This record gives sequence, structure tokens and C-alpha cells, in this order.
Amino acid sequence: MSKVEELEKKAKTIRKGIIEAVYEAKSGHPGGSLSIADILTVLYFNELKIDENNPDWEERDRVILSKGHCSPALYSVLANRGFFKVEDLKTFRKIDSYLQGHPDKNKVPGVDMTTGSLGQGLSIANGIALMGKLQNKNYRVYAILGDGEIEEGQIWEATMTSNKYKLDNLCVIIDNNNLQIDGSIEEVMSSYPIDEKFKSFGFQIINIDGHNIQEIMDAFEVAKNVKNKPTCIIAKTIKGKGISFMENRVEWHGKAPTEEQYKIAMKELSNI
Amino acid sequence: MENIKKKATRQSYGEALLELGRKNKDIIVLDADLAGATKTDLFAKEFPDRFFDMGIAEQDMISTASGISTCRKIPYASTFAVFAAGRAYDQIRNSVCYPNLNVKIVATHAGITVGEDGATHQMIEDISLMRTLPNMTVLSTSDDTQTKWAVEEISKIQGPVYLRLARLATNIIYPESQKFEIGKMVEITKGEDVTIFATGVTVEQAINASGELKKQGISVRVVDVHTIKPIDKEMILKCAKETKLLVSIEDHNIIGGLGSAISEVLTDLYPKKLIRTGIKDTFGRSGNAKELMNLYNIDAEYLIKTIKSNISM
Repeated sequence: MSKVEELEKKAKTIRKGIIEAVYEAKSGHPGGSLSIADILTVLYFNELKIDENNPDWEERDRVILSKGHCSPALYSVLANRGFFKVEDLKTFRKIDSYLQGHPDKNKVPGVDMTTGSLGQGLSIANGIALMGKLQNKNYRVYAILGDGEIEEGQIWEATMTSNKYKLDNLCVIIDNNNLQIDGSIEEVMSSYPIDEKFKSFGFQIINIDGHNIQEIMDAFEVAKNVKNKPTCIIAKTIKGKGISFMENRVEWHGKAPTEEQYKIAMKELSNI
Repeated sequence: MENIKKKATRQSYGEALLELGRKNKDIIVLDADLAGATKTDLFAKEFPDRFFDMGIAEQDMISTASGISTCRKIPYASTFAVFAAGRAYDQIRNSVCYPNLNVKIVATHAGITVGEDGATHQMIEDISLMRTLPNMTVLSTSDDTQTKWAVEEISKIQGPVYLRLARLATNIIYPESQKFEIGKMVEITKGEDVTIFATGVTVEQAINASGELKKQGISVRVVDVHTIKPIDKEMILKCAKETKLLVSIEDHNIIGGLGSAISEVLTDLYPKKLIRTGIKDTFGRSGNAKELMNLYNIDAEYLIKTIKSNISM
């Protein structure tokens, strides 16, 4: 099996974890979790320098899931990477669980930063990247942002910081699934053209298909070799990717499948 | 009184931060285009690599500081109180206090004593906003000695801190040898009739009032509340039991500030009247600090008048 095939198979497992968690919780955000599933799979199973036995390792690469509501995807990769038990995904959002609705760095091994209130993750990633530079450390910092999230003004404050300090150890990934809660990005508050905006703020731009494993792998490789400026990967994605009845449907932003829908979803993920 | 030295606590901060930076290489300083006013420029000049000017972007500054703190560094983030506690409230709540990160927010230019800039810059709600956040420690220091102690002391405790400082130059109250402890109020003068709980710039006013009242036969205990949270319950209880009248004074809205914090303790443990002196739920205006303190009833003159009309000797 090639590396790409192996990761494609792994991504299916990650998606099953997402569906499992949201179904058991009877709440959560499957749409945006499924749209970043391939990106997170490549990061956690091919790219990141991390150690599941030493989650706070100082030299590790960091991931800031700025769109924190997509915690099911992050928890699924962390569990499958060995940071905690996969079966714990079923406790997601429950009263006695450490798997909070939004990622909590003090409760979940492998979560690098507590997020949830949109717009703050890029600033946090900048802070970590700045300290990497100051201390001559080789770690890289990945910040995952939603295309709706970048409507938050703080994001653009943060892009100026990334640019001012030439943070080439920083890689921003925009999950461009084109949907936010109230509708499409264009309808609600257009953040387009995303690539031109980030380019004018000093970023190296890479446009990719966010579900093409090879393209994701290549983009991370290219980003690592960019010098003296930060990189922004704009990943064109499909909200709800992998589950036929969820794909491109805004109503799946934040709701759980019924038992019947759950069964169909799990079957689809087994068939692909 | 001419021989008493005056200094603004923001100046003390700048000097202490430079000293701390020399001793501790883990100190990182951030500012939002106000380094000359908050006095972080003293640190910036000597340690340019550890100083980050984030521009006019307070929200970005606070979240960047939280990122820095996850790398085992100790960020001090400074701007005016109105922009720190106000504009960046959600960042302080969600990116600093909830994850309980080791971020020190040192906010200068608090209160109406900012003066001529007027209401938009006179932060009178920050104690209220900051002390309601779980995990947050809230300090409000009154003079040079205490501020210098606080700047270093907060680097030794783990977790978020909000340190409230002023623009106005006030008397240096304590000798350099004075000892302080976070969470322990300081009894500056002994007294049996009245306790005045004061914080920040109003401590000087309380001391002045106590001197005048003493001449008139009223003995006043001045208590300097440099730690608003955690509040010193024992001292409040002690004063409530030992003195007849309790008064608080603060350059802050009387809703949610020092007076409220003391009232909460009294309500829980020893119900007793407290006369809360402060900004009475109104915005300030332009003017010099002394005139404003008089107009908004947070000076010695008002304390004397209030105490005399409420005390039964």
C-alpha cells in the first residue's frame, strides 16, 4: 500500500471517530470536522514531530485548532495516534468526560491550546512561533482556521504580526468549505478572495484540494521550504465530506445524526 | 508635605520590569503602541529581542501572550487599562483565564485619574471585569515600593494576573524595606473608630483624611488593599469587629470594585454596613486628576465629610 493509500484509509477511520463522537454526544459539529479530516490525518500521521508518550515535549510541532468547534476531528486523530483511548471518543461532551465540547489543553493530552472563541488561534500560534525563533527551536506551528472564522477582525491583526516577524515556522491552513452557520460565505459575510487577502498581508499562498492527500502532503513540504515569510494553505473542502447526506449541507454544521443516519454514515465510511 | 516624594506607579512598573528582565531571562514583554506611556520602553531598550510591539491591536497582543506562555516563558502584556480589560476581555477570558495560563497583564492609566483624556480612556470597570474571572489574581498597588514588589512577585506565582496601575504621580508611602504578601492587606495606620479600605491612588487620600480626622479626635485605621482577589477575609472581619464604621474608597465604579468585594465578604460572614466611596455608576470627563477626584468624591475631603457625618462618637 502506498503512503497516500494508507493515509486515505486512515482518514476513513478518523471520520468514523468523528461520527461516533457526535452521535454518542447527540450534539457537536460534524460538518466542519469532516471537512478538515484529511488535512488533520496528513498532519498527525505523516507530518508532525510529536510524541504521544510525551504530549508536552518542548521540541514538538504544534497544532492550534482555531476553529475549536471541530474538536471531534482533533480528538479522533489524537485518539487514533495514541494520545488517549479511541473508545473514549464515545464520552465526548458528556458530564464526566475530559473531552469537552471545545478543545481544552489542560484536560486532553495532545491538545496544544484551548480554543473555542473564534479568531484567537492565529495570534496564539504567532506567540508560539515567536518563541521558536527566539530560542532557535526547529518546531513548526500549524494554525487551522475556518473560512467563516476569518471574518473575525483579530485574525487580520494577527496576520500583520505573522508578517512583521517573518514567521516562516508558521503554516496557516484555511478550511475553505464555503459554509458557515447562517449560510454560504458569500451570503453571510464574504471573506473572499482569501488567497489575495493573505498574499497582500505577506503570506506565501498555496491553493490545494483539501481532500487530495497527495496535494496536502506536497503543500506541507513546500511550506517547510519557504523562508522569511509565513505560509497560508487555502484548502478547498467540502463541508460534511465523506457522508453523502451531509456533504455541502449547511444544516450539518452543528447537529448530530439520528440512529438511522448514524448507521448509514458508518456504512458509507466502510464501503468507500 | 513638600518633602514626600511622588511617583506614578506606571513609572515604578517600567523600572521594576527592567530589573526583573535583568534577573530573569524568561520574562517577555508585549505592548500595544504605548510603550512610552506604560514605561515598558525601559525594558525594550535593553532587551529588544524579548520585547514585542504588537501595534494598536490589543486582542492580538493578549492572545499572542497566551501562546508565548505555553512555551514556558512569562509574558507581561501592557497597555492602558481600558484597552486591556475592556477591548481584550474575551481574549483574557478564553485564551488566558480558562486555560489558566501564566500571563501577566499590567494595565496602566486606570481610573478617572487618567485626567484630561476624558471618559473614553478612564477605565472604571476593570476591577469588576477582572475579578469575576476564575483563576485570575487581581492586584492594584498604591505606591512605588509596593508596585516594584508586585512586578517581581507576580512572576513567581503560576497563573494569570491583572495588575492595575495609575498615570497619576502619588506619594511614596512605604520604605524600601516594607514586606508585602499577595492576599494580605496592609494596616497603614492604627485606629479604633473607623476603617478606610483603599486601593491604588486612593490610599494616599485615605492617609491624608486619617491625619486630619485624628486632629479632630477620630481615630482612623487605613487599610491598603493591594490584592483585590483573593480578598483578605480575615482583615475585613477583624476591622468589622474592631472598628465602628467601615468605609471603602476607590478610583473605580462602586459597582463591582473594591467596595463590592468587601461587601461580599461582610454579607457572607459578618453583616455590617459599609460606606462605598467611588465613582457612582457614571462616566468621567476631562479635567486634571486632582479636580476630578474632588468632583467625583474620591478624595480626602469627601472622606472626612462622609466619616464625620456617619460616625457616632
